[in-house]
Amino acid sequence: MISYIPEQFKVNFSDKCIKCLACVKQCSFGALSYDEEDNTIYSTDKNCVACHRCVTLCPTKAISITKNPLAYRHNNYWKPETVENIYKQAETGGILLTGSGNDQEWPSYFDRLLFDASQVTNPSIDPIREPMELRTYLGEKPSELKVTRKDGKLVISTKYKPQVKLETPIMFGAMSLGAVSLNLHRGLARASKEAGTLWNTGEGGLHEELYEFGDNTTVQVASGRYGVNHRYLNAGRVVEIKIGQGAKPGIGGHLPGEKINEDISRTRMIPKGTDALSPAPHHDIYSIEDLAQLVYALKEATHYKKLVSVKIAAVHNVAAIASGIARAGADIVTIDGFRGGTGATPTIIRNHIGIPIELAIAAVDDRLRREGIRNTVSLVASGGIRNSADVAKAIALGADAVYIGTAALLSVGCTLCQKCYTGKCAWGITTTNPELVKRLNPEIAYRRLYNLLRGWSIEIKEMIGAMGLNAIESLRGNRLKLRGVGLSDTELEILGVKPAGR
Amino acid sequence: MAFFPRSTEKQLDGCAVVGIMDTSAKRFNGDDITKAIAVMRDRSNGLGGGFAAYGIYPQHADLYAFHMIYLNTDKRYDVEEYLKKKFYIASSEKIPTRKTKQIVDSPILWRYFLAVENKPAGITEEDYIVETVMEINDKLEGVFVASSGKNMGVFKGVGYPEDLSVFYKLEEYEAYIWTSHGRFPTNTGGWWGGAHPFNILDWSVVHNGEISSYGINQRYLEAYGYKCTLMTDTEVVAYTMDLLMRKHQMPLEAACAVIAAPLWEQIDRMDEKEKDLYTKLRQTYASLLLNGPFSFIITNKDQMIGITDRIRLRPVIGARKGNRTFISTEEAAVRELEPDLDEIWIPRGGEPIVAQLKSARRRAI
Amino acid sequence: MAIKVSNSNKTINSKGLHFSELNQKIRSAVKSGADKLKLVNVNGQRYIGTGIRKEMHFDVYGTAGADLGAFMDGPNITVHGNAQDAVGNTMNSGLITVDGHAGDVVGIAMRGGCVYIKGEVGYRAGIHMKEYEDQKPVLVIGGAAHDFLGEYMAGGVLIVLNYHPKPSPCLANYIGTGMHGGAIYLRGKVEQYQLGKEVSVVKITENDKKMLNKHLKAFAKTFKLDYNGIANASFTKLMPLSHRPYGQLYAY
Repeated sequence: MISYIPEQFKVNFSDKCIKCLACVKQCSFGALSYDEEDNTIYSTDKNCVACHRCVTLCPTKAISITKNPLAYRHNNYWKPETVENIYKQAETGGILLTGSGNDQEWPSYFDRLLFDASQVTNPSIDPIREPMELRTYLGEKPSELKVTRKDGKLVISTKYKPQVKLETPIMFGAMSLGAVSLNLHRGLARASKEAGTLWNTGEGGLHEELYEFGDNTTVQVASGRYGVNHRYLNAGRVVEIKIGQGAKPGIGGHLPGEKINEDISRTRMIPKGTDALSPAPHHDIYSIEDLAQLVYALKEATHYKKLVSVKIAAVHNVAAIASGIARAGADIVTIDGFRGGTGATPTIIRNHIGIPIELAIAAVDDRLRREGIRNTVSLVASGGIRNSADVAKAIALGADAVYIGTAALLSVGCTLCQKCYTGKCAWGITTTNPELVKRLNPEIAYRRLYNLLRGWSIEIKEMIGAMGLNAIESLRGNRLKLRGVGLSDTELEILGVKPAGR
Repeated sequence: MAFFPRSTEKQLDGCAVVGIMDTSAKRFNGDDITKAIAVMRDRSNGLGGGFAAYGIYPQHADLYAFHMIYLNTDKRYDVEEYLKKKFYIASSEKIPTRKTKQIVDSPILWRYFLAVENKPAGITEEDYIVETVMEINDKLEGVFVASSGKNMGVFKGVGYPEDLSVFYKLEEYEAYIWTSHGRFPTNTGGWWGGAHPFNILDWSVVHNGEISSYGINQRYLEAYGYKCTLMTDTEVVAYTMDLLMRKHQMPLEAACAVIAAPLWEQIDRMDEKEKDLYTKLRQTYASLLLNGPFSFIITNKDQMIGITDRIRLRPVIGARKGNRTFISTEEAAVRELEPDLDEIWIPRGGEPIVAQLKSARRRAI
Repeated sequence: MAIKVSNSNKTINSKGLHFSELNQKIRSAVKSGADKLKLVNVNGQRYIGTGIRKEMHFDVYGTAGADLGAFMDGPNITVHGNAQDAVGNTMNSGLITVDGHAGDVVGIAMRGGCVYIKGEVGYRAGIHMKEYEDQKPVLVIGGAAHDFLGEYMAGGVLIVLNYHPKPSPCLANYIGTGMHGGAIYLRGKVEQYQLGKEVSVVKITENDKKMLNKHLKAFAKTFKLDYNGIANASFTKLMPLSHRPYGQLYAY
């Protein structure tokens, strides 16, 4: 039988088209073709992913893409996407794949939280003219500092663990080489250096030419251990153990062999053309004490000079897990919420597993404080941070810093077509195809990524200045600066936030 | 309910603080401090005022003097039973007051002189006192410990400070440190427990301004057993100083660098050793940075310290005459007492004004 | 100081008066024709000179309270003592001389007239001074100033002498932060880090020198200071880099 899966989009050409064929060349999904005899551009609409590459590059702005208005009988429960997915699976017997973060209509707690501002009783502070400090240090802090006076000078006798300085509490989250292009890594590394923050290699190793950005780099160690060797571990400031990812908690990774080109092969230290499989768990970590073993293996390997971060997906029991991680010796706990992005994941996993980052951060921060160990770790929030207000809210709930991934990709052209897993990214971001990679100019990528950090950082300063604060640490964990709108008592209690009006 | 703020409306802010210390420990009665705070009457609105006085109970100098406010009169016997279990009560009495027109609805005010006799092992006497105060303030509704130090006391309430001085008969007390506060309450209305000074052990604080970082300061202190129950931002200052200077044994200068930390760009310009010191202080105690406009006068039995926030959003001046040091929101308050001063100055933001008891010079500052 | 006795002279004892009482007395005196008022035993009363729109003289003995000369339009106030915060707040014209020090935000938002402070001043002196048509405010500070000197300054002349009670280097940080008009003259040198990012050091012109000399002479004469001692030093002039310093701040 034939099941009809309608085209999602339609590509429309207006009479402004001059047949320059730029669109045909730009379409990496095979949606557009040119027939010389007819002198006509034809569109295979079923291949269109609405990535807008053709629309953007059309010199006469002759192209528009519209939703294909197929008239299903209206059904609020069996939505077109649900129906079509069933057809697809009936035909193939396979699982559905997707890229990017959860796009379903789950509530956003960020959107139910509002900030305070100073009016009369304390002055708001003008962030543009007065000092406004975003500097943040990641790493374990002692619970007490022994300060004494010796020969008239103050002296500290407490031993201090290494710290990593961030000039803004926004870092770029893990996106591995292979999943994303080298040009993106080049942009991320330079932007991080310029902004005084960190980028994250992801689990695919660090390309030779980017070792010079080590002071602004977090190197990741995931279950596949790609590209991990002594030099790699010591290249950055932080080593991050990736346990899980918000978009696919409990799921491993699979970078198909066709994406493993020369560069990827060398960086991941695997032969060209072979599949790169990241197992679901680390097979040397089946329990929390095993995690401690890996944490200390990494600390030994880096002579205790690097911070060790452990990244987990936000799951139901996240507070207890984070406490275990803190006690296992990690310097940073990174929590990735269910909105976090990915290069590839089963749709069903992405859409239905995990919990919102807002609740996770609040629960973890509370738990660590109650146990008196909040100072022993820094807390990094990630997964679905869309703007500077989300950053500030995450920090007010208790995070020290955040990771951004999807927002960073958007800044360099991503249109959230969610086809990262195909390797055909028309914008040169999530692809290793050299023809496509060329489309992302690393110089431009760096500038745009840096601009994003700059713009958001100034906005954060504006927000904290409005709240009467002039240092980010006075916002961190300061939930009195937040009020909830339309939240239940239980949700408010978990967030540690009062309802608006109180 | 009587012990809740009378008004929950926000009102304009503009408190006044003043402190006088005789560094030779010569004691003087409450007239001077009353005159000084009265000059700044326009900065208060009659919804709160108070005084801290050091050296007033020489006959009980070794005992913890608990000044209690009973908004809920039924609780007095419960509290006394509770205190008896934990302490030896050497003496107890109603705090003497006089009837005045200005001070109305006064709660029951009582004081107890306590000796610690059988505290549990593994805890210092001071921590035992802190625990007791936290428990009373937190668990017993309508009962508050106004002060808990030795040879000192806090006298506070709802009203203008100069009226409260008459009410409490402060002319009958002699102290070598006096501080006072006239309140223009904002975030909480006027109520007896919420007036300044705030005290724990021999730390007292009077405060002008608002601590915008309160939310995190409070959460940080909770991890060290301090419960903020008085519905105001100022009590965190007393607990912060107690934590840093008593429990963590930190010199005053270091404690000041925590609550009014130098800016990072100032730290970046320091030499390596200083940079390391101030960086670590800020990193470790980031959550104790007091952010927002403030000027405080912080006192203990040996010191009186005046300090403003690091970008000095509230005014303060320091002055000296002979053995006396003055700290005040306005110069006028000091001029009222001493038209002819040896010295008067405006400190920089975050730079403390320090008066030190001469006999206590050895105690590290 | 000798006070001439005439019908237009009057002395008001301010001892124990609330500011509203004192200012009421001042207004009555002015209404009845006094154009020279001597206020004795002043201690912290606010708003002296506020709401008086007349060219007349006040001699203030004691410590002048906050908002001295706020919104003032015409009078000439001499304070024989110190002043508290916000001297000359949004003043339009007139002269205030303080024979002592002054607190924070001296000259805040002043649009015209002249303020001379003999000694030091607190934070944010000259904040948001501005000029309009032929109105050009002048603020001269004999001592040192604290941080955020000339913040948001949009016009006028701000001179800091770092001289009285003792010569000192310029200690303020964030000088001229947000400045977008007017000029600041500092006796002595400043380090780059002390300056707000919106200002730069520029060369002093002959016209500047003439203008400076005029104010320095008047200042020295007013407070009986040694003109040569003050003038015999190099001055640093600061000007805003732009009248619109935040063009690059917004996306679009």
